[in-house]
Amino acid sequence: MLEVKAINSFYGKAHVLRDLSFEVPRGEVVALLGRNGAGKSTTMKSVMQIVRTRSGEITFQGQSITSFMPHKIAKLGLGYVPEDRRIFTDLTVVENLLVGQQPSREGAVTWTQDMLFDLFPNLAERRNNRGKALSGGEQQMLTIARTLMGNPLFVLLDEPSEGVAPIIVEQMAKVISQLKSEGLTILLSEQNLHFAQLVADHAVIIESGKQKYYGTLEDLNNQPEIRDTYLAA
Amino acid sequence: MELFIAQILTGLANASSLFLVACGLSLIFGVTRIVNFAHGSLYMIGAYTGYTLMQVLPGAIGFWGAILLSGVAVGIVGVLIEMLVLRPVYKAPELFQLVATFGVILVIQDLALMIWGPEDLLGPRAPGLRGVVRIMGEPIPKYDIALLVITPVIALALWYLMTKTRMGVLVRAATQDREMVGALGVNQAWLFTGVFALGSALAGLGGALQLPKGGADLLMDFNILAPVFVVVVIGGMGSLPGAYLAAIIISVLNVFGVTYLPQSTLVLMFVVMIVVLMIRPYGLFGREEVAGEHGQVGEPERPIKPASPKVRGIIVTGLCALALLPVVGSTYSLVFVTDMLIFCLFAASLHFLLGTGGLVSFGHAAYFGGGAYVAALLITYSNTPMELTFMLAPIGAGLVALVIGWVCLRLTGVYFAMLTLAFAQLVWSLVFQWGAVTGGDDGLVNIWPAEWLKPTVVYFYFALIFSVCGILLMRHVQHSPFGYALRAARDSQRQAEATGINTRQIQLIAFGFAGFMGGIAGALFVFSKGSVFPNELEIARSFDALIVVFLGGVKTLAGGVVGAGFFKGLEETLLRFEYWRLLMGILIIFIVIAAPEGIAGSLRKLGERLGLKKVEDQ
Repeated sequence: MLEVKAINSFYGKAHVLRDLSFEVPRGEVVALLGRNGAGKSTTMKSVMQIVRTRSGEITFQGQSITSFMPHKIAKLGLGYVPEDRRIFTDLTVVENLLVGQQPSREGAVTWTQDMLFDLFPNLAERRNNRGKALSGGEQQMLTIARTLMGNPLFVLLDEPSEGVAPIIVEQMAKVISQLKSEGLTILLSEQNLHFAQLVADHAVIIESGKQKYYGTLEDLNNQPEIRDTYLAA
Repeated sequence: MELFIAQILTGLANASSLFLVACGLSLIFGVTRIVNFAHGSLYMIGAYTGYTLMQVLPGAIGFWGAILLSGVAVGIVGVLIEMLVLRPVYKAPELFQLVATFGVILVIQDLALMIWGPEDLLGPRAPGLRGVVRIMGEPIPKYDIALLVITPVIALALWYLMTKTRMGVLVRAATQDREMVGALGVNQAWLFTGVFALGSALAGLGGALQLPKGGADLLMDFNILAPVFVVVVIGGMGSLPGAYLAAIIISVLNVFGVTYLPQSTLVLMFVVMIVVLMIRPYGLFGREEVAGEHGQVGEPERPIKPASPKVRGIIVTGLCALALLPVVGSTYSLVFVTDMLIFCLFAASLHFLLGTGGLVSFGHAAYFGGGAYVAALLITYSNTPMELTFMLAPIGAGLVALVIGWVCLRLTGVYFAMLTLAFAQLVWSLVFQWGAVTGGDDGLVNIWPAEWLKPTVVYFYFALIFSVCGILLMRHVQHSPFGYALRAARDSQRQAEATGINTRQIQLIAFGFAGFMGGIAGALFVFSKGSVFPNELEIARSFDALIVVFLGGVKTLAGGVVGAGFFKGLEETLLRFEYWRLLMGILIIFIVIAAPEGIAGSLRKLGERLGLKKVEDQ
């Protein structure tokens, strides 16, 4: 569904992604693994073209999106959940959801606020609170809920388990499994291999912006040397 | 008591236009991060358009219809400005866009002159609201009462728009993080255009609404600019309730000021602003500005390096050519080049503060005019020898800068810039209104240099030596350990603090030093002209320097000088045309679009692309 072909991305003069390629098949959860600074978030931003790719191509459902602006890519059904959450802290929970709202899309679930409050019951209680009053875990849920309001076909989920309480991490895993069962395709970036094993089908491992492994998680489990070389213990 | 109530009512009525214009500016700044200097021009167009429409449309419906239509018309003008002028430069370094809006001011000034002529237009009175009503015995114009009702209605409508509609929610979200709004599927370009249209329409509405009270004239664009910026800053950039409250505070205080302390009217609002910012550094309802949180971190600053032998050769050749000017040039050309040199030194002193220090001063004229006035006062009142005066004047300007810098450096970003503007206005109004000492509007005259300096040629060399040495000195400081510390404080204040640099102190010294250098330029100026007037301290003078620095290129060492030389040359060439502002404005806009890194910066890029210069390795 999403194909990344030999992309190169830069931050200023720093070459972050080097000829990176991988694909995400429809209906799957693919884990993008790597250490801190390996280029996971840059990969996510490059797919959205928030960081513009210098060369290479990204296609979504067969259509090249490399020359599009981020809002146009979002309109194609790609949802982006940034790692640093970036909720609108001055807006209430409901208003945050309103920003993410898009018309319903063929082939995707049409989310309503009530459905999302069922999915994240904690948010329901805080619907009229401002973003800045939420806890880290609640903010993380709100970013995911906000992106789902766009009725995406595909979600880029950047380190949802980072810096949240273990109980929330468990809840996240459940939510991701549920979204997958409803047909959503997900690219999940993670440092936490354990978390990825709970939900992902395939894994891409990157190191210094280069692809080091692409295959199923089962295969990865049988190759501890790869795991030990490229992922944190 | 009766008078008191009446005055409050008048103040509230006066707040009407101020609020409308200010909340338009605030909205635009909040979402696009553009400080729109042209907002006063939109207000002016609103007034003129309203005037014309009221001539055509009859009766009460015509009157109110004209006001509404003016808002719509100015909204359309805003859309044109946004799409043609600003869209191409959103990616440019922060604050660069304000140069483009300055170009728009010039264009609109001449267009208004062409269409409506130079005479002030007396605003038509509102049909049915011509007389006064007596409230507790005091006469209040009926139109004021109407404004008292209209303003809250508009404010409520805006409040509804911002809190209850999706457009409003998007605007508020974009005020915080526009990149994220884009990633959620909202087309930022149209959001920006929409906000610009709304903000402009409000300014136009404000201009048309005040017609029965103030009419329309060609100065109203600059006249409203200062109060509007003050209101936006006091209220907190981006906050509409803040703008409303601040507009009321300023207008009511102003009415009282006129009655009880007429001399205070020019300074009052700036004093209020200084007090508010001292207590609340981000205005009444503003939030802290975090650098880069709006996804607008430009290209990283480049390391600076001494000029290459080739460049030095060019500069030495140029200086030699200048030194030979008296041999070949006319007296007129000597006077012109002297002016240009002085302006270059002035611009370079601001560039030092802005480029190396990252301190955007909107009030740099205070030090230029300050130096000039210190010199003029010393000569007038104590007959100080000119040579001594010439040394004391920059010291005076430097001390003024130290005091102002000491207060302003508590703030950062736009708030810092606005506070420097407020202080510059304080200095200006002090000079303007303290006529007994400063001569007020008549200025101080007969400030001539010493006998040996009187010949134009000698003074030319005098100015040449001082401005060139001054510019070289600033360059030298930029390459000194002090310059390193200053740049460290600019790029990362916290990290600089952590390595043991007292950033506040470093910045204060830089502020004082820049003021001192501006003071030299001011002293050179006053002795070359023989007189000084308050307009050397005006906002317009500060803006000239600011525009020049950005035009030249903030991120290049030569930016200030290149920009100043270019600007003076251009002005000289264009002044002979009747509509020189129009030409100049269009040229400025063109440069901003074609050379988003300023003239010097873009030339450097071009050189690199052509392979004439090696790209720096990191």
